[in-house]
Amino acid sequence: MELNFDFMVKYLPWYIDAAILTVKIAFFGILLSLVVGVICSVVQYYRVPIIRRIISVYIEISRNTPLLVQLFFLYFGLPKIGIVWSAEFCAIVGIAFLGGSYMSESIRSGLESVEKSQIESAASLGMSNALTMKEVIFPQALAVSVPGICANVIFLIKETSVVSGIALADLMYVTKDLIGLYYETDEALLMLVVFYLIILLPISIIASIIERRLRYAGFGN
Amino acid sequence: MEERIQLQVSGLVKRFGTETVLDGIDLCIRKGEVVVVLGPSGCGKSTLLRCMNGLESPSAGTIFLDGEEVTSDGKKITQLRQKIGMVFQSYDLFPNKNIMDNITLAPVKVQKRLKSEVEQDAERLLKRVGLWEKRKAYPRELSGGQKQRVAIIRALCMNPEVMLFDEVTAALDPEMVREVLDVMLELADQGMTMVIVTHEMQFARAIADRIIFLDNGNIVEDSKPDEFFTNPKTQRAREFLQTFAYKKRRTHTD
Ligand SMILES: Nc1ncnc2c1ncn2[C@@H]1O[C@H](COP(=O)(O)OP(=O)(O)O)[C@@H](O)[C@H]1O
Ligand SMILES: [Mg+2]
Repeated sequence: MELNFDFMVKYLPWYIDAAILTVKIAFFGILLSLVVGVICSVVQYYRVPIIRRIISVYIEISRNTPLLVQLFFLYFGLPKIGIVWSAEFCAIVGIAFLGGSYMSESIRSGLESVEKSQIESAASLGMSNALTMKEVIFPQALAVSVPGICANVIFLIKETSVVSGIALADLMYVTKDLIGLYYETDEALLMLVVFYLIILLPISIIASIIERRLRYAGFGN
Repeated sequence: MEERIQLQVSGLVKRFGTETVLDGIDLCIRKGEVVVVLGPSGCGKSTLLRCMNGLESPSAGTIFLDGEEVTSDGKKITQLRQKIGMVFQSYDLFPNKNIMDNITLAPVKVQKRLKSEVEQDAERLLKRVGLWEKRKAYPRELSGGQKQRVAIIRALCMNPEVMLFDEVTAALDPEMVREVLDVMLELADQGMTMVIVTHEMQFARAIADRIIFLDNGNIVEDSKPDEFFTNPKTQRAREFLQTFAYKKRRTHTD
């Protein structure tokens, strides 16, 4: 296989821009999904009436519809009721919408794993529910949740490839574009793979380091 | 022991579903008094203690701590719990915090006391039980007996007026039981009001001012320890004490 290096060098800047966009969407989307996940999991943990039902419905919708469909809804559907968001904002919200349910389930399993006796011993020290959550339940839950959260982060970064569907010039989009324009399929695909690896490999490595450190952390079992 | 009433339980009933666990308990504990609660497994000893600090809400009856009613009302109960420390059977230190942080967390965050001041209290108490070197260790690095001593100190640093102990040595290896009981004996000597559930009969006899014997959700005996152990009034208490006695084993030499 002969690779056209001139082509690859020439379009490197496209890929760099696209990678930056991918990272940006992933970063803000994931950050937001963590916020959504924490809120949903805590509401479910405390079995807050009504809101808890609404959240269950959200989680079902989020988990059982493809991201592309969610994005179409945000990008093409919402304007029909007068809400117009930029493609980039839709992408971030879409990732957060999808990721929120996954994060929520991971965090919730951590929260549920904290023993009831921990909560009672906090209560018997006069600690309020909020203080107990912050100082006792959440830190212990996080140690259990982190592997799941890390897996979600990687899953969501990969899912960003779908945003090309709403005309965002991410890595996937640029690749399809270049193949369409110049038929330099091998080069374009190679660069696509390399760029995803550049983004994902360090994150995978960091994730496994965090997991290992948590496992041997001062308080792990 | 003073005459002042510290804890007043009146007509306490606690039901779980259709099961009546406590069936009209009346109990009055004076300041500085050490009350040991005895009774067969499942008779409601833990439930009684848990009602006293609001972990369970009574089905009927009232509990007054220092003249204030123990209710499950959110804000009030967190106030009251600062006056009543509790140590459980399972060592429930917070595994995500080191020993010092376990001890200082509630006094600093709940009572808004100065951290340095609480740390001084903690230092004094940790030194007394020989665990000062462990202040930076995490709970999982401690033995069961060490954890229970820390749990007692953690409760003490809230400066409670009453301490509740629910079988704090039941899950310990025999050689660690003593070190925990000694801490409790010392506490009793200092005049702490204590309600203790235990299966250590000799200890109960040594520490108690009063023995309460629970059966079928009622207090069936309320006596001085010597009286209870040498001459129990009821058949139930006699049978209960029998289960702790061992007959001398016959040898084959005769
Ligand atoms: N949360 C609960 N729900 C239902 N039943 C309970 C609960 N807590 C205790 N019980 C029941 O109440 C009875 C007394 O329990 P407990 O107070 O733990 O007894 P003890 O400490 O004397 O062994 C037991 O039969 C137990 O099954
Ligand atoms: Mg019990």
